Amino acid sequence: MRAWILAGVVALAAVPAAAAVQPDAAAAIARAEAAAQEAAALRDQWTPTIAALHAAHAAAAKGDTAAARRFADRATLLAGLSIRQAREQAQLWRSAVPQ
Amino acid sequence: MKRLLILLLAALLLRPALAAERVDPAADLKAFQTYFHARFPHVPPADFVNGPYAMDAGMRAQWQQIMQFPPYQFALDHGKELFAAAFPNGHHYADCLPHGGIGIAQNYPRFDPKTGRVVTLEIALNRCRVVNGLKKLKLTTGDMDDLMAYLTDRSHGRPVAVVVPDDPRARAAYERGKEYFYARRGQLNFSCASCHMQGAGRHLRGDVLAPALGLIASFPIYRSAWGSMGTVVRRFIGCNKQVRAVPQRADSEDYRDLEYFLAYMSDGLPVAGPGARP
Repeated sequence: MRAWILAGVVALAAVPAAAAVQPDAAAAIARAEAAAQEAAALRDQWTPTIAALHAAHAAAAKGDTAAARRFADRATLLAGLSIRQAREQAQLWRSAVPQ
Repeated sequence: MKRLLILLLAALLLRPALAAERVDPAADLKAFQTYFHARFPHVPPADFVNGPYAMDAGMRAQWQQIMQFPPYQFALDHGKELFAAAFPNGHHYADCLPHGGIGIAQNYPRFDPKTGRVVTLEIALNRCRVVNGLKKLKLTTGDMDDLMAYLTDRSHGRPVAVVVPDDPRARAAYERGKEYFYARRGQLNFSCASCHMQGAGRHLRGDVLAPALGLIASFPIYRSAWGSMGTVVRRFIGCNKQVRAVPQRADSEDYRDLEYFLAYMSDGLPVAGPGARP
């Protein structure tokens, strides 16, 4: 009986935590999607960005919100780097042209 | 006086920007070919079409042995059959192409003034199929490679003669192709030029990097690493993936324009396709 009560208390304590993580992961994935779309529009999408996004979606589907957030943040970071690369290269490419 | 000084200052500031925007394919061509001739003075100009085999004596010796039984021969024979075969409506590929498609590969890609876009020979073949009620072929592998092997062989030895007409849309397409070639992309931060200009002739693991000059003249190629034939677009896609960049669509504007730029840069070099590469 004591074990049942203990399990119930643990379960009740875990519910708010899981509920709090879920929107975080969803927001992180949404941020990553937006950044990836921006990179694609600049014609400079990186394959690791897409891989991280897929991993984030897969983790979210399994209910592993911590992993989903981690992969989504990674995708956002990679997309941000590719956006920066595309913006810099929009001018820098000229320096590689032989004169 | 003050106004005049401001105008003069503005003109001076704008001058480099305007120079950067100016598109001069002929000047680019001269600078591009001079770069390679200066870096590889021992390579005869026409030999650049042989890519790594012009840079490495050992590889050249192996290639010459391989070419006793060219690995693209089956594709060539099949391409000839495909090209000669009639469509269900009785028409042929030859009906859609200038000079019946024979001896024209050196003039592609071409700028199409009607659509304002660059048309590669592969895309011209697919247009022909669509006009005759057939589905498009894949632009990377399969029957398209075989058709291209045959058509390129019919132009073997003819000098590449791609034209960038004095049309702002053609110049813009050429310039976009040039930008695509020199701009770094992908997580590894490589441009096409990183490997095929700065890295040309150097080793990348077991491979010798081919020079960009003449690169396009040997396509389609039988590539041992693939174990099959591939068009230049297949190679573009592979290069993009190798630097961890998401490739474009096979018929994308980016690849059309890149091929246009590269072909123009190989002006005057003999068509050497179909080719064989490691």
